Amino acid sequence: MAGSTTAARSGPAAGPIPRSGNGGSLFTGGIGRTAGLVLACLLLAAASALSVLVGNYDLSVADALSALASPGGGDADRVVWHVRVPRTATGVLAGMGLGAAGAVMQGLTRNPLAGPGILGVNAGGAFAVVSAMAFLQVSSLAGHLWSAFAGAALAAVFVYALGSLGGGASPVKLALAGAAFSAMVGSATTAITLLDPSVLNDFRFWTVGSLTRSGSGDLAVAAPAVLAGVGLAVLIGRDLNAVALGEDMARSLGTRALAARALGAVSVVLPAGAATAIAGPIGFVGLVVPHMARALTGPDYRWIVPWCVLLAPTVLLLADVLGRVLIRPEQLQVGIVTGLIGAPFFIHLVRTRKAARL
Amino acid sequence: MIAGDRDALLLRGPRDAVVFRLGRRSAALAAITWLLAGCAAVLSLSLGRFDIETAGVLRVLGGGGTLIEYDVVVRNRLPRAATGLGAGAAFALSGAILQRIAANPLVSPDVIGVNSGAAFGALAVLTVFGGSGLHTVAGALAGAGATAAAIFALSAKRGLSGHRLVLVGIGVAAMLTSGVSFLLTRADYHGATAAAAWLTGSLANRGGLHAAIIAAALAAAVPALVVLARHVRLLELGDELAGVLSRHAGRARTALVAVAVGLAATATAAAGPIGFIALAAPQIVRRLLPGRGAAFAPTAAVGALLTVSADLAARMLFAPVELPVGAVTGVVGAPVLLYLLARANRIGHAG
Repeated sequence: MAGSTTAARSGPAAGPIPRSGNGGSLFTGGIGRTAGLVLACLLLAAASALSVLVGNYDLSVADALSALASPGGGDADRVVWHVRVPRTATGVLAGMGLGAAGAVMQGLTRNPLAGPGILGVNAGGAFAVVSAMAFLQVSSLAGHLWSAFAGAALAAVFVYALGSLGGGASPVKLALAGAAFSAMVGSATTAITLLDPSVLNDFRFWTVGSLTRSGSGDLAVAAPAVLAGVGLAVLIGRDLNAVALGEDMARSLGTRALAARALGAVSVVLPAGAATAIAGPIGFVGLVVPHMARALTGPDYRWIVPWCVLLAPTVLLLADVLGRVLIRPEQLQVGIVTGLIGAPFFIHLVRTRKAARL
Repeated sequence: MIAGDRDALLLRGPRDAVVFRLGRRSAALAAITWLLAGCAAVLSLSLGRFDIETAGVLRVLGGGGTLIEYDVVVRNRLPRAATGLGAGAAFALSGAILQRIAANPLVSPDVIGVNSGAAFGALAVLTVFGGSGLHTVAGALAGAGATAAAIFALSAKRGLSGHRLVLVGIGVAAMLTSGVSFLLTRADYHGATAAAAWLTGSLANRGGLHAAIIAAALAAAVPALVVLARHVRLLELGDELAGVLSRHAGRARTALVAVAVGLAATATAAAGPIGFIALAAPQIVRRLLPGRGAAFAPTAAVGALLTVSADLAARMLFAPVELPVGAVTGVVGAPVLLYLLARANRIGHAG
């Protein structure tokens, strides 16, 4: 697999892919990349362990291990099984979904500013969930999940269509369309919540992404959607490489452009919608992590996507752990932490690229 | 002394030391729109628990009416209408200035995050320090000023680019939104409900203080704008050309931006971050008037009209439940933003 990067190195016409991309990256070549992925797995495992151990209730490693191995009725067991493990699992699932969705979005739209947050997919999902709560009295997570999917899908299609009016979706147009859409949907969401104070009380916590709201039953509903989307995203890495060369080049290389876009759209909406359903809107993870992955492994999407799938949950869990310790004994929701850390990165991206095209 | 041609009146000072050019159509539009806004405001004065006819409102405003009618109309309802008119005008002026200077219809205080900064500042004062009244205004001004300074500093690189300004503003606004969410989750239930209504922009429960804040801001800003308006056509040519054509371009731009930020901040302090007024009002006026004058007077009028009628709609649509005005302007105004985007994309230039 690693030897056949023809798409990414097809001579002088390689266009938007920096040809020296692999030169500056850490994990290149077949062995280096595989070792890198193993390292990423270890990092994710470490972050998960940290997420189980750190919190207001002090747990030693031995306590946690014994609680995990043989659940009894003690405080430690209850904390581990009812609080920390679901929280960690939510983080892993939501992170995988957001990372995969972000990578595919950036690949499909050839847009360094793309991400589920910036392009309004999270906002669409959130709006759909709130509408379902308020108007259809939907309260089950499966219901939230389906409405989040529908909202995310509609948002993605709408924003992409709006951004590509008049020939080609440039990064600036897409980002603006996403911001406009988020603003519109956001005020509609607020209007709904203000009509019903009880929805507002739930929603002020829902509107900041948090890993604490889903139980194991909810996760079991969302997991297949996340995993299917992530699997699909990994599989279409080759098509994303071709798309990265530009519309014309992709067509002349024999990529089924329409099929690639359709599959790509599914692999954005499924995991992003599921992540929004279980954790609420979490910004900037899907935007930042693909850039980290690209810096580590180069411009080949067949590697970027798996890296994102492993790195994004690591980042998300670390952000969550940070939120637990920063203002002890209270907690910062993870969505607030990612917003505060991720937005400067977005500004950095905007500043370092040419404003006209990016 | 008044003279002029078919399009404009020229108001001359003694010995022609100062001459103001007053566009006829612009002045007519401003007069008509202010009249409509006044009608909407009077209608809003007649609305509420205490039944009073529009005629009764006019009688009270004219100095008649019973004591209780005077109390209801002037003490309770007038501040709301006045704050609405003033805040709408202030938002619209702020948007008009920024859009023209950056030569980009998307650069308005709500899109680039100035309103978020003001909201964050005011909310921090409300929830963390437990302040109210004038403290909130100070918080909003500080928040908006710091945010605007940060946005302009971060996006000023090889000149001011409208697009970079907008994108940096989106990033800054995202950070501030995180901060606002944080403050909201830490507030108690009642505080959160009040803050959420305030955050969408609300004219409910306004008092004399709110109206006074916005009146003071307008009283300071309008004379400044009368002087500065003539620089706007120069500045929208872009940094380089404006710098070549005038030595004062840089100073004029700083002054105009300061006025715009101040207006947006005080309007936010008085009425909350009412969305899309700043974005839509200048665009509406631009389509109604020929030529490329600054057209600040009709823009302010359209902003006031939009705000007061949106507030009327918010109170009447779901009666007896009253929505905050920002919920209506958001839902109605966002399509304007989408239209501007679609149009900018179609003609291949976001201007």
